[in-house]
Amino acid sequence: MSDPLFEFLCRMGDNALVLGHRVSEWCGVAPALEEDIALANTALDLVGQATLWLDLAAEVEGAGRDADALAFRRDVWDFRNLLLVEQPNGDFGQTMMRQFLFDAWHRAYLAALTDSSDTRIAAIAEKSLKEVTYHLDRSAETVIGLGDGTEESHRRMQTALDRLFPFVGEMFVTDEVDAAMITACIAPDPRSLRAGFDSYLAEVLAEAKLIQPSGDFSHKGGKSGARHSEHLGHMLTQMQWLQRAYPDATW
Amino acid sequence: MVTDKPSLDTVWQWLDALPDPEIPAISLTDLGIIRDLRWSGDTLEVTVTPTYSGCPATQVIAMDIETALNDRGIETLEIKTQLSPAWTTDWLTERGRARLADYGIAPPQPAGGPSACPLCKSSNVERISQFGSTPCKAQWRCTDCLEPFDYFKCI
Ligand SMILES: [Zn+2]
Repeated sequence: MSDPLFEFLCRMGDNALVLGHRVSEWCGVAPALEEDIALANTALDLVGQATLWLDLAAEVEGAGRDADALAFRRDVWDFRNLLLVEQPNGDFGQTMMRQFLFDAWHRAYLAALTDSSDTRIAAIAEKSLKEVTYHLDRSAETVIGLGDGTEESHRRMQTALDRLFPFVGEMFVTDEVDAAMITACIAPDPRSLRAGFDSYLAEVLAEAKLIQPSGDFSHKGGKSGARHSEHLGHMLTQMQWLQRAYPDATW
Repeated sequence: MVTDKPSLDTVWQWLDALPDPEIPAISLTDLGIIRDLRWSGDTLEVTVTPTYSGCPATQVIAMDIETALNDRGIETLEIKTQLSPAWTTDWLTERGRARLADYGIAPPQPAGGPSACPLCKSSNVERISQFGSTPCKAQWRCTDCLEPFDYFKCI
């Protein structure tokens, strides 16, 4: 295992980067102008947060890389994002369900990171938390609006939840990187956030008239990098196209 | 090398005149993002706090500060980015809030929504979207004069 602090920072940065890129795929084609702007703004916040995390990761690594090098010069197996965030956009409902599930975890996790023993991490968390708080306001509101909307919007939101729910468990897995962060008081134990997440989820789903799928099967392997889904590789061919075709291009 | 270093008050006045690149009606100091100025030897250190982490104006702002101060004869300056404490709309100056309102952007309110339509001053307003033309704004509409308007959201 490489330096756990570097791994941890890549996880934070890659979650924001991969989701930010996914959400940016909606730019210009969202179902309504307001939604288009909202999605683009959310993507912008996430990519900005990714830059902060990955710059710090590069600094900690001390190998002369920067956030751009980490974003554009790594291949699938070096990414450390959760499998949830690399899942394709699907329809608007699926995109918003993915956003909601991630935001609910992200908000709780960042709130805990504001107490990190590493002041650099606490500062990025403090900054990001403000943005993620209104991301969650909007994604929760949209899940409720569409879940408790028309027959079709309800059906699509239930389908999205059924499809994405098996990716929720990975957000609360604790592994050796987390253990090192917990020992150093840098980051919380992900397991400790599960109960709060579950009760918030139940509350929103009840209001949205959606049924939480049963069973606790969970896909894993994104945050450890052991096994990404095939979707990430396809996404990176788009995101990294320019640096792959023209390495070191500047303009 | 600058032989007579300008006083920090003078530098603040120069920065007072620098418009925000996305909302030129207000200045960078109105926005409250310049947190500190100090001389370290012959280097002027300018501490700036970003509004939103992904705000594309952040880099333009740093460049604008550098250009403006170079033009005034300050040759060596260092722009420091400070994330904590995170920027809050509470740091907008009174003058900045008034300028926003004059420009047609409702200034942030602790209640989380505009107090009145910036055009007709009616308090009958509704939210269209939490997001607007820049990361710092939301879209609202007046239900009396029916005019849509920007609201500078609270963070
Ligand atoms: Zn009006």
